[in-house]
Amino acid sequence: MLTLKSVHTFYGNIHALKGVSLHVNQGEIVTLIGANGAGKTTVLKTISGLTPAKRGSVAFEGRDITRMAAEEIVRSGISHVPEGRKVFGTLSLRDNIEMGGFIRGNKREVRADMLHFREKFPILADRWHQMAGTLSGGEQQVLAITRALMARPKLLILDEPSMGLAPLLVMETFKIIKTLREEGTTILLIEQNARAALHIADRGYVLETGKIVLQGKCQMLLEHEEVKRAYLGKGYREVWED
Amino acid sequence: MEKISLTGQLIQYIFTGITVGSIYAMVALGFNIIYNVTEIINFAQGEFVMLGGLIMVFFSAFLKLPLPLAFLLTVAVVTGVGALMERFTINPLKNATVLTMIIVTIAVSILLKGIAMFVWGKDPYIIPPFSGSEPIVILGAAIQTQTLWVLLMTAVVVVLLSLFFKKTRYGKAMLACADDPDAARLVGIKVNTMVLISFALSAAIGAVAGAIITPISLMEYDRGALLGLKGFGASVLGGLGSFYGAVVAGILLGIIESLCAGLISSGYKDAVALLLLLLVLYVRPSGLFGNVEAGKIKEF
Ligand SMILES: Nc1ncnc2c1ncn2[C@@H]1O[C@H](COP(=O)(O)OP(=O)(O)OP(=O)(O)O)[C@@H](O)[C@H]1O
Ligand SMILES: [Mg+2]
Repeated sequence: MLTLKSVHTFYGNIHALKGVSLHVNQGEIVTLIGANGAGKTTVLKTISGLTPAKRGSVAFEGRDITRMAAEEIVRSGISHVPEGRKVFGTLSLRDNIEMGGFIRGNKREVRADMLHFREKFPILADRWHQMAGTLSGGEQQVLAITRALMARPKLLILDEPSMGLAPLLVMETFKIIKTLREEGTTILLIEQNARAALHIADRGYVLETGKIVLQGKCQMLLEHEEVKRAYLGKGYREVWED
Repeated sequence: MEKISLTGQLIQYIFTGITVGSIYAMVALGFNIIYNVTEIINFAQGEFVMLGGLIMVFFSAFLKLPLPLAFLLTVAVVTGVGALMERFTINPLKNATVLTMIIVTIAVSILLKGIAMFVWGKDPYIIPPFSGSEPIVILGAAIQTQTLWVLLMTAVVVVLLSLFFKKTRYGKAMLACADDPDAARLVGIKVNTMVLISFALSAAIGAVAGAIITPISLMEYDRGALLGLKGFGASVLGGLGSFYGAVVAGILLGIIESLCAGLISSGYKDAVALLLLLLVLYVRPSGLFGNVEAGKIKEF
């Protein structure tokens, strides 16, 4: 469904992605793990068109989207929930959600979807006319995901959806992600909590300083010694006690 | 008798102030709309007002078109000028810094002024008031009917703008761009289009201001700069980017100026705006109604 072929992305002179190749199949949940600054966010921004690749290619459903503008890529069926939520702070929740459906022509369907999400997430319904900037982090996260879903994406890419959330809300977010998959949305997920991500996903990629160093089924990654040591926290105690 | 005449005079000053202030408010709104979407301070904003006035003169006095038609055509033409300005000067500069863009708007303002001088010459023009030239007397103050037109049109502009930003899809999309351009692109809002709309809209508002003020204060090719400066003052005073701040600050500025001109000396009236601006920037950089974030102007 989505294929990246040796993608190179730069921020000015900074070479952030150094030949990243990965793919996501229809119906999968794929996760990308890596240390801070490894380039996870940049991979997602390259897919959604915010920081287009300088070299290599990105293809979605057989179409080359490498040079496509972000506002066009969302029209082709990819929705990106950006790092740090980025809700429209001065707009009401309602209007944030409405803007999520900006690309859709059918007003009545958009309205129906808005009502659907309003019922699905009571957390949103209670603050329907409040400015989004006044929401708590967790509420903003739910809003950001809802806004992305309003575009009715075929592929949803999520950048640390559980960042800064209380454990209960983290569970809630993961539940939402699972439900989405069951409803047929394909998902590419970045998570700070690598263990949780590997448990929910089908396959994973490990990114290190702009390069994919490991990939495979999540079960395999969960048992991989390097992954355990570097990303799952296991073995820390032993090191500590040395 | 003396007393009534003093009240009458004060009322007169205040009305004059509100009238001029309404124009400043509209210029300030124009600044804010473009600033919110792009962070650009469009220094050609005052030229839109000047063009609005002179083109209105052309349609209504020269071509003798009926007033409503002349007015609509004026707004349409100036809106076109704003849109062309964006397409040919701002849009092609894809990766330029905000500062570069601001300098470009200064260049455009000089260009527009030059064209206006070429077309209309250096003399001021006037058109008759929209309805009757007989002033209305309120509490001993003679109020020109055009003043009422200015107030009415300002109110119409403010209401329409609020509706546009609160109720329409494109209005909300423009606010979304202002909040977070990247997030706006991710939901499919074409930021380029929103920038175009912001310039067209600001030009339209400028045109309205120019067309309605010309019967009161005349219009000539070089009025844009000072109007722009006053409007900018109102915009900063109200808190750069703040919608209601612009309206309140614009009118406040107009009243203070008018009182100062009437009670002290008209020679100081232009200095008042600048003095007030400096004072506010010194005491409260985010403006009277702005949030602290709007103090971003200090970036330059
Ligand atoms: N806007 C930017 N300008 C310059 N360099 C950037 C920018 N954004 C990211 N980088 C650099 O690119 C590299 C990858 O950053 P990226 O944000 O993709 O990392 P990440 O894996 O998402 O990290 P984190 O887990 O902290 O979110 C880092 O070295 C970072 O310093
Ligand atoms: Mg990141």
